[in-house]
Amino acid sequence: MTQSEPSTRPIRTLIAKAGLDGHDRGAKVIARALRDAGMEVIYTGLHQTTDHIVRAAIQEDVDCIGLSILSGAHMTLFPELLQKLSEQNASDILVFGGGIIPKDDIVELKKLGVKEIFVPGTHTQDVIAWIKANVPLD
Amino acid sequence: MNKRPPFSKSRSYSQWRREVYSSQRERKDKFSSISFRDQPELVTPENGGAVEYSESLGHPGEFPFTRGIQPTMYRGRMWTMRQFAGFGSPEDTNRRFKYLLGQGQTGLSTAFDMPCLMGYDPDHPRSVGEVGREGVSVPTLDDMDRLFEGIALDQVTTSMTINCTATVAFAFYFALAKRRGISFDKIGGTIQNDMLKEFIAQKEWISPPAPSVKLVCDIIEFCAGSAPKFNPVSISGYHIREAGATAVQELAFTLADGLAYVDHCLARGMELDTFAPRLSFFFDVHNDFFEEIAKFRAARRIWARLMRDRYGAKTEASCKLRTHAQTAGVSLTAQQPVNNVARVALQALAAVLGGVQSLHTNSMDETLSLPTEDAVRVALRTQQIIAEESGVTNVIDPLGGSYYIERLTDEIEAEAHEYIKQIDALGGMLKAVEIGFPQKEISESAYQFQLQVDDHQQVIVGVNAYVEGGEQEIPTLKIDHAAERQQIERIREYKIRRNHIAWRKALDEVERTCVENRNVVPVLIDAVTTGATLGEISDVYRRVFGVYTDPGML
Repeated sequence: MTQSEPSTRPIRTLIAKAGLDGHDRGAKVIARALRDAGMEVIYTGLHQTTDHIVRAAIQEDVDCIGLSILSGAHMTLFPELLQKLSEQNASDILVFGGGIIPKDDIVELKKLGVKEIFVPGTHTQDVIAWIKANVPLD
Repeated sequence: MNKRPPFSKSRSYSQWRREVYSSQRERKDKFSSISFRDQPELVTPENGGAVEYSESLGHPGEFPFTRGIQPTMYRGRMWTMRQFAGFGSPEDTNRRFKYLLGQGQTGLSTAFDMPCLMGYDPDHPRSVGEVGREGVSVPTLDDMDRLFEGIALDQVTTSMTINCTATVAFAFYFALAKRRGISFDKIGGTIQNDMLKEFIAQKEWISPPAPSVKLVCDIIEFCAGSAPKFNPVSISGYHIREAGATAVQELAFTLADGLAYVDHCLARGMELDTFAPRLSFFFDVHNDFFEEIAKFRAARRIWARLMRDRYGAKTEASCKLRTHAQTAGVSLTAQQPVNNVARVALQALAAVLGGVQSLHTNSMDETLSLPTEDAVRVALRTQQIIAEESGVTNVIDPLGGSYYIERLTDEIEAEAHEYIKQIDALGGMLKAVEIGFPQKEISESAYQFQLQVDDHQQVIVGVNAYVEGGEQEIPTLKIDHAAERQQIERIREYKIRRNHIAWRKALDEVERTCVENRNVVPVLIDAVTTGATLGEISDVYRRVFGVYTDPGML
């Protein structure tokens, strides 16, 4: 396997909304943008538990999970998601996020294993490019 | 005598356009509003709105209220400056309330936390990490008492932004009035209580749309009988717009929601003129200055005509669209956040020129966190500067009669009518929501907008233009976890302390009332007085009315 090989299959992404947060504009826009960029996108819908998200990610055999949180509960839900992925031996699934997340918290979350956090104002092409650059396709 | 040189000729607009304008260069191909509306280069008497003064404008305070609902507008009384606030424990928010009143704010507005907004007590597993985080935690009557400690319920009007659990918050508030010996007819204020827009946009729910609408109308019915100064619903376009709708979609879907509530109340046998005067509205005020002003003017005219012509309103009060407005949270940027002060000022000015009754101005830091006290003060001062310094409050509807504004008002009205017709054809907004019609329209607009931002057709200063390298830092509000721990402890003790026999009996009565499809409000006031909590009452709703889950449409 070499890194320069062109991808042979589309990247599969789970876009997830967790907790009680109902802000889904960003999640849906990103889901559509990724789909338009040729990725396979599964959207969980709102108000999922992290258990459900992990189950969906494994069942759907996704490469990455994009978790969107605008309710302020990110310091609870991201660590919980990473923990549950690890319990299911699914830490190879890359986790990134988006939402209203203060800078200091972004630093913390990255230390915990969230690969990237996109804040409002991000160009959708930047998200697409980042996923393409960071998801290892076999 | 000198002869004046013939600098200008007398041309018609179409001649001018053909002979003069068409040969000029414009700086871009297309001029359109934030809602994708093509804009004419000029509006003249020839292509302006067809203003039939008494028919389509009327004087202020006169049907169809295009120029405003009161004869005096801001010469009589300023709009209510009402900053939305809530975080942490009831005591935390009580301090913020008192601070805002001390700074000259004239009404209160309560933001509840997500567990309250979704029907969970702080000790529920789904509440972990969310207690007091995005709003204040008020799961019991005692917490409502703490929230309004030292604030006279009959002196200050309070707005409560809560929806699927609105019946419970309403019961807390009125049970508190009872506890303090204040009669219900002295209580003024507003509860948002608009479930249709929850399914359309804000997405906070417990049960499916039909029983949710029933609960909305229980409060409308209760207020019509017992709390005549209280607005039982705030029919809200704000969240619809924030979710990505265009100005016209916001307007049309909001008015169609209002029509659905009117239909439901009439189907219960209520008389239109007993409840229509207390229906209130809540719109977003976004960046496109004139489009927003026209939207408010069109909103009043459409609603007035619908009430008169479709429902046969007998009083003018039933035809008046009274509205709160909030500047567009979605327009604020995390990049160069101080620029948000300018955005908010322009939006607030549009709301005032649009003739709103109350206004919340967002704080510059709201894309980063809940606002700090300093940021809220600047936002409130922005309203005070408009009110006291700008002079725009001296003359009523100063833009009335502008060729452009009147044309825009007419266009927005006509386009909103088209949407309302489509929704009527689907069987009304309840049906339309059930099949996801407005949801789909909004998603489409949100995506189109993002694509336009991505390729710079829509410019956002500091985001896709005038970008700076180093980021501006401003202080943000930190909420610690102490409030969550405290609220969990408190509700556990509360559940032990209450009289179990009375509590059980009252909660059973709530369940029976729901099953028998009677108005739930009076029994809720009793139930919360015996100690029933927000989560427990929500569980009754889950059992009787069922649980709604997001269909997850893209």
